[in-house]
Amino acid sequence: MLTGILSGFLLAPLAPALHRLFPRYSGWLLALLPAGLTLYFFSHWHTVTQGDTVMSRFAWVPDLAMPLSFMLDGLSLLFALMICAIGALIFIYAGRYLEGHRDLPRLYVLLLCFMAAMLGVVLSDNLIVLFVFWELTSITSYLLIGFNHEDANARAKALQGLIVTVGGGLALMTGFILLGHIGGSYELSELITRGDTIVAHPLYELTLVLIVLGAFTKSAQFPFHFWLPNAMAAPTPVSAYLHSATMVKAGIYLLARLHPAMGGTELWLLLLGSAGAITMVLGIFLALRATGIKRMLAYSTVMALGTLTLLIGLGTRTALLAAMSYLLAHSLYKGALFMVAGIIDHQTGRKDFLDTGGWARYLPVTSASAGLAALSLAGVMPLFGFIAKEQLLEAGLRLDHALAPLFIAAIVIAAALGVAVAAVIAIRPWFGKPAPLTHTPSEAPPAMLLGPALLASLGLLLGLIPGLIDRSLLSAAASATLGEAVTQPLALWHGINTALLISIGAVLVGLVLFRYWQGFRHYTRWADTLSRFGPEQAYHRLMDGLVALSSGQTRLLQSGYLRYYLINTLLTLVAMVAAALWLNPDALKLHLDFSDIQLHEGVIAAVLVSATLAAVTLQSRLGAVASLGAVGFSIALLYVLFSAPDLSITQVLVETLTVIMLVLVLFRLPGFLRLTRTRTRLADALVGLTVGGMVTALLLSVLGSRYHGSIAHYFINESVPAGYGRNIVNVILVDFRALDTLGEIFVLALAATGVYAMLKLRSKGDTTEPEKTHD
Amino acid sequence: MTRDRRLPPPDRNALRTQSLILRTTGFFLLPLLLLFALFLLLRGHNAPGGGFIAGLVASAAIAVHLFAMSEAGARRVLRVDPRDLIAWGLILALAAGVIGLFSGQPFLTAHWLTVSLPVFGELKLGSPLLFDLGVFLVVLGTASTIIINLAEQDT
Repeated sequence: MLTGILSGFLLAPLAPALHRLFPRYSGWLLALLPAGLTLYFFSHWHTVTQGDTVMSRFAWVPDLAMPLSFMLDGLSLLFALMICAIGALIFIYAGRYLEGHRDLPRLYVLLLCFMAAMLGVVLSDNLIVLFVFWELTSITSYLLIGFNHEDANARAKALQGLIVTVGGGLALMTGFILLGHIGGSYELSELITRGDTIVAHPLYELTLVLIVLGAFTKSAQFPFHFWLPNAMAAPTPVSAYLHSATMVKAGIYLLARLHPAMGGTELWLLLLGSAGAITMVLGIFLALRATGIKRMLAYSTVMALGTLTLLIGLGTRTALLAAMSYLLAHSLYKGALFMVAGIIDHQTGRKDFLDTGGWARYLPVTSASAGLAALSLAGVMPLFGFIAKEQLLEAGLRLDHALAPLFIAAIVIAAALGVAVAAVIAIRPWFGKPAPLTHTPSEAPPAMLLGPALLASLGLLLGLIPGLIDRSLLSAAASATLGEAVTQPLALWHGINTALLISIGAVLVGLVLFRYWQGFRHYTRWADTLSRFGPEQAYHRLMDGLVALSSGQTRLLQSGYLRYYLINTLLTLVAMVAAALWLNPDALKLHLDFSDIQLHEGVIAAVLVSATLAAVTLQSRLGAVASLGAVGFSIALLYVLFSAPDLSITQVLVETLTVIMLVLVLFRLPGFLRLTRTRTRLADALVGLTVGGMVTALLLSVLGSRYHGSIAHYFINESVPAGYGRNIVNVILVDFRALDTLGEIFVLALAATGVYAMLKLRSKGDTTEPEKTHD
Repeated sequence: MTRDRRLPPPDRNALRTQSLILRTTGFFLLPLLLLFALFLLLRGHNAPGGGFIAGLVASAAIAVHLFAMSEAGARRVLRVDPRDLIAWGLILALAAGVIGLFSGQPFLTAHWLTVSLPVFGELKLGSPLLFDLGVFLVVLGTASTIIINLAEQDT
């Protein structure tokens, strides 16, 4: 299973070469991978639908007990099949849609990575691994949405999606860590059996809210729904993939996956139910107000995501089975519809429903696919969408809860408006007066027709024969979500019941709304005014605020004067230590003991102090440098006295080189123009004395306190047998703590790069007289 | 005034005073200091020394040469751009760490190889030595990059 997931990442670097070899058929060739993966997952069909789980486990970071563990159960299988099967169609479609595009190879690379990351999300058993793949989908989808990177708008929208989803990801990570903590395991397969413990834990509410935040941002639930329609900046094949089977469904997957572990509580129902219901109604309302083809489809995706969240929130047997049916139905029709939108754009160049009309005769296959898919969206017999919607209504009607009437109302409104949206899609571009075009549009090439035609007919096939999947795949998926076995057959015809009557009513209302579509849009103009106070505005405010904050603090802290940087750093240090001491006043115990000080030690200390005083008071730079050198050499002498020859040698050498470098710099500086005023010097002295006094006090108190046993003995004992060296300092540097040293030499290299860049930049760009120093 | 032929001529553009004493001692100090640095590097595992100290001594040697002769002379001694030394040092240190990975052990695990040489006797060669050599090169590269480029600045 690991190979299957990683194969996308492995193939990605080869995709550009493959495209160069077979530029016309690269899409078909790359589709072989997801197609093969689809077959692979089908091979597990029998095992998984019997209720078994396929597990696979690889040691990844054994020291952190973090295995690459994967789990394939009904829920994962449903998602994995959708990701791979629709992925294959997308590759074939994209190869033709963007044929000849300069960046097509890049699209392939990103799509492959995205697909692999998505598979990782739905198959991971370990929470941390799931999170890694989750963030990978955020990053790859950011690159996919910003595919037209020369377009500032596309970049901004991609960034918006990234910030919203990664911001949610941050909450999600915290939630995962809490969940792992209270559930006692990071393995999902364990967590889903411990639902009772998790729900009873006092941290349950916090954990749930954090995880739900992550899922809501990813799945574009209100109030985070705004990024999804904006993600339309992506090329159409990407939108089709992101909206149908992947990205936005990741949040739904997570909620479904965690339902056995965290669901079934009042808070769960309240959070998911209300967010889902609001998102559902808002999404379909905005969809009907939109006229852009992709925008309308995107908002209807928001509606579908709300529906799924609501169903998972309800959490009953019927609701979860409905969720799985709805999920599949939506993936099929939404994938098809986006590809149809792409065909319309590709063949006619029109992107808005108002500019289309009467093209059914030119694009017969496309229009038929669009019609079938739209019927499934409307939930009309005998499409699979109808079965899903009947289930949805059933789940609402059977709910026994105080909020049930509200949920049912939301479902009914969404159903009626959904029919109107579907009618726009199914009728507007194809029938009526032909919209004027400069040329007669021709039917799309087969590679672009394959996807929508196949997905739309699958919707019809599954509607007619739900027995193909109802008791196998969908039941297995619902069982995994519920935590106990679900075997409920689906049927097209349930007899005349309330759900059917509501359905018929919804269709009638929807058709009326479609008839008066322009009027509807005209009379709901207030929504535009309202959106000025919506969450997207809040997002922009937040971003502007962030920029203002960072430029403000940059102006404050990055003054460009070395001495202010120094003062800032030192005072921050003092403040932090002071805060620590204030919180923990017992920590400061000075150990003053002057009894064992030798005379020569006292002399060195006196030299140190007087050299420091000289450095501070001298008015010539060279003299000050020399005094500082004296300080350094005295310290080196101290090291010798306390038997640290390595330190001492290093100190002497560093001191020497420092003096050389300072001289090289000072050599070029002009003389002092004026000295600082007494007031400034007193302030500097105050800072210096505070820091010095604090460090002294800290050292004195540190000497007396030891929380852990000394590790010196370990190094002394192990130096020769384990490190083959008698110089313990060196053995520590290059062997025991070599990683630290590695970090340090990288810092050194960075410092050298910085100095080099500074010198070269100044000498090349800035030919004006260097600024006169005045300190 | 006759000039000793072995000494290079003074660089008229150099920023320092043209001292014959400094140039003469610099001429002899350079090989001695570099040899000393090598000595410190190799003995470092058992006695005071090591890559860091050796790198500083070698940088001091370069600095003395720079003051005694010229910036160009200092560059000639190094033969490569000091910046490249930093990169090679980092690569060597990383390579020393990667050796451990090949035998399935954590990054930077030390590996030792005992070589018997006819004159020197048993010689223990280990990845820490390689690591130390990396540290040496980075320190030398950093210090000499800064010193040489500072000295080359023309104001």
